[in-house]
Amino acid sequence: MSTDVALPAELTPVRLTGMLRTMLTIRQFEQRALELYREGVMRGTTHPYIGMEAVAVGACATLRPSDKITSTHRGHGHCLAKGGDPRLMMAELLGKVTGYCKGKGGSMHIADVDAGILGANGIVGGGMGLATGAALAARLAGRDDVSLCFFGDGALNQGILHEASNLAAIWKLPVVYICENNQYAMSARADRFTSVPDPSVRAAAYGFPGVSCDGMDVLAVYRTVERAVARARAGDGPSLVVCVTYRYMGHHVGDPLNYRDKAEVDEWRTRDAIERFRQMLVAQKVLTAAAADALCAEVEGDIEAAVAFAKASPEPAVSQLAEDVYA
Amino acid sequence: MSRPAVETASTAPAGTRVLTYAEALNEGLREEMRRDPRVFVMGEDVAVWGGGGVFGVTKGLVEEFGAERIRDTPISEEAIAALAVGAAMAGARPVAEFMYADFMTLAMEPIVNQAAKIRYMFGGKARVPVVFRAQEGAGRGNAAQHSQSLEAWFCHIPGLKVVTPSTPADAKGLLVSAIRDDNPVVFLEHKMLYNTKGPVPAGEHTVPLGVADVKREGRHVTVVGIHTMVHKALAAAETLAREGIELEVVDPRTLVPLDVETIVASVRKTGRLIVTHEAYERAGIAAEIITQVITAAFDSLDAPPVRLCAKNVPIPYNAGLEAAALPQTDDIAAAARQLLA
Repeated sequence: MSTDVALPAELTPVRLTGMLRTMLTIRQFEQRALELYREGVMRGTTHPYIGMEAVAVGACATLRPSDKITSTHRGHGHCLAKGGDPRLMMAELLGKVTGYCKGKGGSMHIADVDAGILGANGIVGGGMGLATGAALAARLAGRDDVSLCFFGDGALNQGILHEASNLAAIWKLPVVYICENNQYAMSARADRFTSVPDPSVRAAAYGFPGVSCDGMDVLAVYRTVERAVARARAGDGPSLVVCVTYRYMGHHVGDPLNYRDKAEVDEWRTRDAIERFRQMLVAQKVLTAAAADALCAEVEGDIEAAVAFAKASPEPAVSQLAEDVYA
Repeated sequence: MSRPAVETASTAPAGTRVLTYAEALNEGLREEMRRDPRVFVMGEDVAVWGGGGVFGVTKGLVEEFGAERIRDTPISEEAIAALAVGAAMAGARPVAEFMYADFMTLAMEPIVNQAAKIRYMFGGKARVPVVFRAQEGAGRGNAAQHSQSLEAWFCHIPGLKVVTPSTPADAKGLLVSAIRDDNPVVFLEHKMLYNTKGPVPAGEHTVPLGVADVKREGRHVTVVGIHTMVHKALAAAETLAREGIELEVVDPRTLVPLDVETIVASVRKTGRLIVTHEAYERAGIAAEIITQVITAAFDSLDAPPVRLCAKNVPIPYNAGLEAAALPQTDDIAAAARQLLA
């Protein structure tokens, strides 16, 4: 990301600052979640989004509140970028009744359907059909809402992607498939199990646009997804956007990380999306360095407040075990 | 509550019409689509083929509602199910059709991991009002991949409701209730029942989910049957009546929720229980029903309950072998006599 790049006109200083703020929120939320896990106050597992913040924030910045997203097992970033409340998310991570799912979902099932967040998902590729179906519902109801479907490079080889892509293409559904190519599906490097180096070429097989972009550059993601969203909203059908990015941490806590070199991680960290965006905003005088530091401290305070809220929240009662199986 | 065997009903009682099972389903779909613009149908060959559906259930609907709401899909069962779930989460009320229940094995991920669990996983803050329709069962020589009865698979999963109508009136009334339900409902029809006829109440007709129906009253043996086995039990009851043996035939109609109360009340009266279905015996719903009855009414049983189910083999093609794989009317009669011996 060059620091003298022209900014999209619609991205006002307030919006740009908001995007930086959300990226910082994701990073700090994830760092705190890892700490809580290591402290033993969080169960199950957590899949950190650290390093990939530009993708969720750049993509969700193109959306209206009524648009929908589907997320993945690595879902905290998407949820925060679509407007999720870190307090309710943190409470969910701690299994508290005040959490988004009343403590019944945990990290992999955070959702806020009313806010258009159709859920993180514990099944790799599980959101693909859901996002496409939500796009169909929008069409049938005469709304011009769009669905963004986030998934990782590991999900590229699930059969549902083929079925959903074909259906979205023949029905011209308003859905954008966003592949976050973070280079690894657990231990498997993307080039080991995916037959083409740039998976965006697969879109050609369905007759819709496929494009790759720098997933470490929030504005590149924004511009690329914005075109795809505009196309979808206009009724011209789906697109595939591949965001080339990297997860700094392991697949989840406890990943042996024996499949990649630290030098590789360090190399990707030199392109850190938050640091580059911050430098660019300061260089473009969108905000001062001092204001950026203050923003960072403010976010830190928000995350600490979220942790405090979560820790102080009550556990669900055992009497709630059988509630909400059926409507 | 006692009713005649519907297969032989040729005249309609007052306030009813005689319809086939397929016609009754068609009418239910049509009325709900007129009533609620959020309802739509998607599936393979539901619009164009033969004017609507391989079994005629969606016949003529595309003319009235158009191709947007009666959507032919590619052969992509997982996507049919998954799109229906996503559409339901986003405010639509989809009726997703699978041409054969056997093909639902390709769609288990969205049905089992997504539809069934979304409401619970999300802390009760989502609704998934989707109906997964399919037909199952044997009897036509469709062989092993087109004849299975898979209801037990779905009954096992919390969050799903499971419906198995055996008559035209129940088919319509239960389908209307399933469409209006805010939960995912697996609605399993039977391929050999589509052309059977019976009286269906005129006007709006609903049958609540979770209420069994006593299809024939009797004092000696309770037979709980599903789908075609209701009709075979009614036929066995006719035969046994001439021998002075009275069967009480109970159709649960929905397996989840299961109306245990009606079944137990019947067993308390008769003291003897046969449960019969076309699904495989091993880990079938008969085991569940019998367990529930034993738990609730052990002291009322005069004999060990009997299961009459499909043999634990893939459904064979040959007519004689297929018949041998399924429970038959004579098997029910013989089992009842044995229970009373």
